[in-house]
Amino acid sequence: MSLVFAGVCSHAPGITGRAELADPAVRDPFYAAYREMGEALRATSPDAVVIVAAEHFANFFMDKMPSFAIGMADHYEGPIEDPEWLRIERRRVPGDAALSKRMITEVMETVDVAYCEEWKFDHGIMVPLHFLTPELDVPVIPVNVNCQGPPLAPLHRAWALGEALRRGADELPERIALVGTGGISHWPATPDSGKINEEWDREFLARWCRNDRAALLDYDDATTYAVAGQGGFEIRTFLVVSAAAAGAPGTLRFYAPIPIFAVGCTVADYDLTSRAA
Amino acid sequence: MQKALYELNRDDSRQAAFRADPSAAVERYDLSAEEAAAIVHADIGLLYHLGVNGQILMHFAAFNGIAWQDYLQLMRDGVATHGPVREGIYALSGYEGTAEHSARLGQREGVQG
Repeated sequence: MSLVFAGVCSHAPGITGRAELADPAVRDPFYAAYREMGEALRATSPDAVVIVAAEHFANFFMDKMPSFAIGMADHYEGPIEDPEWLRIERRRVPGDAALSKRMITEVMETVDVAYCEEWKFDHGIMVPLHFLTPELDVPVIPVNVNCQGPPLAPLHRAWALGEALRRGADELPERIALVGTGGISHWPATPDSGKINEEWDREFLARWCRNDRAALLDYDDATTYAVAGQGGFEIRTFLVVSAAAAGAPGTLRFYAPIPIFAVGCTVADYDLTSRAA
Repeated sequence: MQKALYELNRDDSRQAAFRADPSAAVERYDLSAEEAAAIVHADIGLLYHLGVNGQILMHFAAFNGIAWQDYLQLMRDGVATHGPVREGIYALSGYEGTAEHSARLGQREGVQG
C-alpha cells in the first residue's frame, strides 16, 4: 500500500515520570498536541506503526551494538524501566513478526540492519505509545538507530534507512504509519539535564519542515555535541522520517522547551498528501 | 562497569541478587576495586566521574531510591569532588560545570530539570 503517516515526537521519560513538576501552562498544550498526533495517526487506519527510536541501553549495549535494528516479533514488552518511575504500566505490546520480516527483507536491499526477535521497550518507545496508541491496538514495528554509543552511523546512512523504510512501505500491501522519536538539543541524564538550546532546535525544525535534505545532513557530531549535547545525536531519528517522507512539507504542531522534561518538547508531521511526497 | 549496571537495570533477578548481596553480585565482572566499591555503595558522583553513561546511571539511581533532583546534584558533586569525567562520551570535551557550560555556549544558566 503506502506510507500513510509520518511524524516525529519527543520521548523523554520526564514527560510522564515528572509530569507534576512541569508548568501546566506549557505541559498541557504539549500533551494535547501529542494526543492530537495520535488521533491523526489512528485516523489513517494503519495496519502497523513503525517507530524509529534511539533506545538507551535497554537492549543494545557496547558488547555488540548495531547501527540499525528492526524488531521481528509478534509481541514486545515495556517499559523496561520501573513502571512507577516512568508512570507507565508494564504491558505486552503487539507486534507482527511476519510483517516485520517482509519490511526487513525490503530494507536490506539497500541498508544492513540487525533483526531482533526479542526487544524490551524503554521510555523511548513507551512514552510515544502512551500518547499515540494508548490502547496498544496498533501493531508496532520498532526500529532502533544507535544514537548513544559512538561510533554512530553517519547522518546520510540514517537518511538511507529512511528511504529504505519508505520503499518497504510502498512495496507492502499494508498501511504503514511512521513515527520518529528523539530529542533535539538536550543533555539528558547528566548534570546539565534541563539545558535546552532553543535557537538550535528551532533552526533544526525549520530545516525538518522544509524537508531540506542538504541542510539536514549538514550537521556534524562534534559540533552537535558541543552546542546541542550528546542528546542531539538523536536527530538521526528525525532524519529517517524526513527521508521517508520524500520531500513532503512538514508542519510543526508544537515546540516548547520544558526543562523538567529535559528536552524541547516537539510534535510535528509531514503532509504525505502533498504532491512532493 | 557499565555492563554490570546495564545488566542490573534490565533484569529483575539480578536486581534481587544485588539487593541481597551487592558485593557478591558484582564479583562476576572485571572491575577495579574503585569501580566495584562505587557500584556497591551506589556512589552516583563517582560512577559519573568514572564515565558511566547517564542513560544507564539514572536507572541505577532510581533503583536505589534516589530522587531526580538529588541524582543530578550527586553528579555535580561527583565532578566537583573527583574532577572531570575520566572516560566515555562525557569526557569528549571535559565537564566544566553547569554554569560555565552555559556561559560557554552563550545560553541561559543551565535550567535544572
